[in-house]
Amino acid sequence: MTTYFNEMFENDQVRAPYARLEDWMRAMPAELRQMKQAEAEALFRRIGITFAVYGEGGDPDRLIPFDMFPRVFAQNEWRRLERGIKQRARALNAFLTDVYGRGEIVRAGKIPAKLVYQNEAYERAVVGFQPPRGIYSHIVGIDLVRTGPDQFYVLEDNCRTPSGVSYMLENREIMMRMFPQLFRENRIEPVDGYAELLRRTLASVAPAKCDRDPTIAILTPGHFNSAYYEHSFLADLMGVELVEGADLFVEGGFVWMRTTRGPQKVDVIYRRIDDSFLDPLCFRPDSMLGVPGLMDVYRSGGVTIASAPGAGVADDKAIYTFVPEMVRFYLGEEPILENVPTWQCAKPDELKYVLEHLPELVVKEVHGSGGYGMLVGPKSTKAQIEAFRAKIEDDPDNYIAQPTLALSTTPTFVEEGIAPRHVDLRPYCLVGEQIELVPGGLTRVALTEGSLVVNSSQGGGVKDTWVLAE
Amino acid sequence: MILDVSHVTVYRYDASMRSAVQSLRLFPSRFDGQRVIRWSVEVVGGMRGGSFRDGAGDKIESWSLRGPLQEVVIRVEGQVETVDLAGVLRGHRELAPPEAYLRETLATDADAAIRTLAEDAIEGISGDLEKAHALAGAVAEAIAYRPGVTHAHTTAAEALKLGEGVCQDHAHALIAAARHVGLPARYVSGYLFAGADGEPHEAAHAWAEVFVAGLGWVGFDPANGCCPDDRYIRLGSGLDARDAAPIRGLARGEGEESLDVTVALAAAQQ
Repeated sequence: MTTYFNEMFENDQVRAPYARLEDWMRAMPAELRQMKQAEAEALFRRIGITFAVYGEGGDPDRLIPFDMFPRVFAQNEWRRLERGIKQRARALNAFLTDVYGRGEIVRAGKIPAKLVYQNEAYERAVVGFQPPRGIYSHIVGIDLVRTGPDQFYVLEDNCRTPSGVSYMLENREIMMRMFPQLFRENRIEPVDGYAELLRRTLASVAPAKCDRDPTIAILTPGHFNSAYYEHSFLADLMGVELVEGADLFVEGGFVWMRTTRGPQKVDVIYRRIDDSFLDPLCFRPDSMLGVPGLMDVYRSGGVTIASAPGAGVADDKAIYTFVPEMVRFYLGEEPILENVPTWQCAKPDELKYVLEHLPELVVKEVHGSGGYGMLVGPKSTKAQIEAFRAKIEDDPDNYIAQPTLALSTTPTFVEEGIAPRHVDLRPYCLVGEQIELVPGGLTRVALTEGSLVVNSSQGGGVKDTWVLAE
Repeated sequence: MILDVSHVTVYRYDASMRSAVQSLRLFPSRFDGQRVIRWSVEVVGGMRGGSFRDGAGDKIESWSLRGPLQEVVIRVEGQVETVDLAGVLRGHRELAPPEAYLRETLATDADAAIRTLAEDAIEGISGDLEKAHALAGAVAEAIAYRPGVTHAHTTAAEALKLGEGVCQDHAHALIAAARHVGLPARYVSGYLFAGADGEPHEAAHAWAEVFVAGLGWVGFDPANGCCPDDRYIRLGSGLDARDAAPIRGLARGEGEESLDVTVALAAAQQ
């Protein structure tokens, strides 16, 4: 029987970060709880925050369940995470600069050339181009799980356009509105500086040609996109324009935005659309979402695109295995955060091990996301395992496997009262002139008892995440 | 050889268009085999945008045009001095890793027939250069030159099945075959001076380059059964014809587009 680390209760003792939550929890009668829960839901509906987390698809009008029980980190716990996350974000950006430059890490034999240069996310079109400050991934979302008091693992990196940060901000806003006394009793680090940090980060990577206060715009695929709410939310908070491809055009080596006062030059585009849709002249010719000619302007230094086209090669699941090596290679440091041990089914001996141990492993598609196309061995029936075995044998290169991690739990409000449920964490690291991280992130919780899958498409919810001040 | 180039591309629209954007890869590559004496690229009535050299060493320049537009005219005029390097792209500065040219594309996907052709061609042959020659020979034999049977979107596999095609099809087939046996390969677009009689000829051309360890990129023109020499002018490269296209453009509006291209190469009197 696996034991799981409970972040609040250890051997029936309440762990220090949660000390002040115990009374709150015990003093909450069922009626009050239901009332508050209904209130929270009404608030979320009123705000209109109804999108699915990155790549998960699903019904865009569905509300992700919000759990009112906060997840808490002590200051010292957070400091270590923060150092580890920033270290990883630096290494990932160094890797991107390298593989679009001289490719030293490949020449040194640390990463196989094939994994990098034949990767679908490797953009030959940007080879040799140096984005401002050498930064490719300006918003790095790093998914973490915890298995013990001091044991954290990185599940995956998201270097393209990690979403969900609006949940981090809204969860806090709603908790403060519903339980103001909790914020008086606990000294909680604020997260509401995120939008300003994001704006400063984006402004700091304006092209060298920009000689004034840079104009920033968020490029969205439009209101049919499941994360549209977040795009407009962030534009509002930052005080920048939210645009679609058709609102932009290129002329004279720059990108222009159509406004009621005439064309306005755009210096930094925070794009929330995939590389392949950015510019029909460079990528998919059938894309209607992008801006024709955008990549030429970008590559001649007229505009910054964040994240940079091609950044995705750093967060591929096959590349993930090598991130600790990147930390050593580029930074000369030992990685602070550990990777989950990973078997590459592309390697015959590792494939053999995976096929022999399927009932105890988690198997994922190399390019998949959102908890789809994955096998959680211990939670699957014999038939499911055998069906998945056939898929792996059919196309081993497409799969990686990891041990089933004993994900930590935090108390969560459920039908019967309060019960432990498994959680993960996605902090958002901002990389510009400075590397910044607001204290906390998005905690996702698997609301189904015993479930280890926190994705909202698979019955996951979200929680407010606290980092306590010293 | 000194070659005079005149290349005019006209896009006509049957209804007036609101605007157009062009991304042009119409500049002779810089390497030991060719030297630009003069060269000009102009989009008539257009506004020049940014220009840069990409990781493959190609110069790209963008242009935009404001509407209303009935046509877009792209004029290339120039003179280039060439020397015969037996296909070797010597002195070409580029950063793109050869391994990036092992990736398959729709047009260069190696089907069973291409795989067999490639494996048969290199059987018993060691050495990348010898393999590349053998592959180019096999492709030339398998696909006869015949204009009009294939089109812009014909894939290597389709052309091989037909057994006929033009330079684009030869290049795609060679690229697919080379990549299948682990040799990085790419599509090259350029011009070919084909007339020894001094009269200008239709001269837009394409061929393939294969990466040979120790030698670098080497051009092969299966359509003409040779390696590019001083009759060739190299413009740019890509994973396939679409990726290496000298002109990429897009016009906004409802009009239907028709295309008229005139390319003329002539050997200058020395």
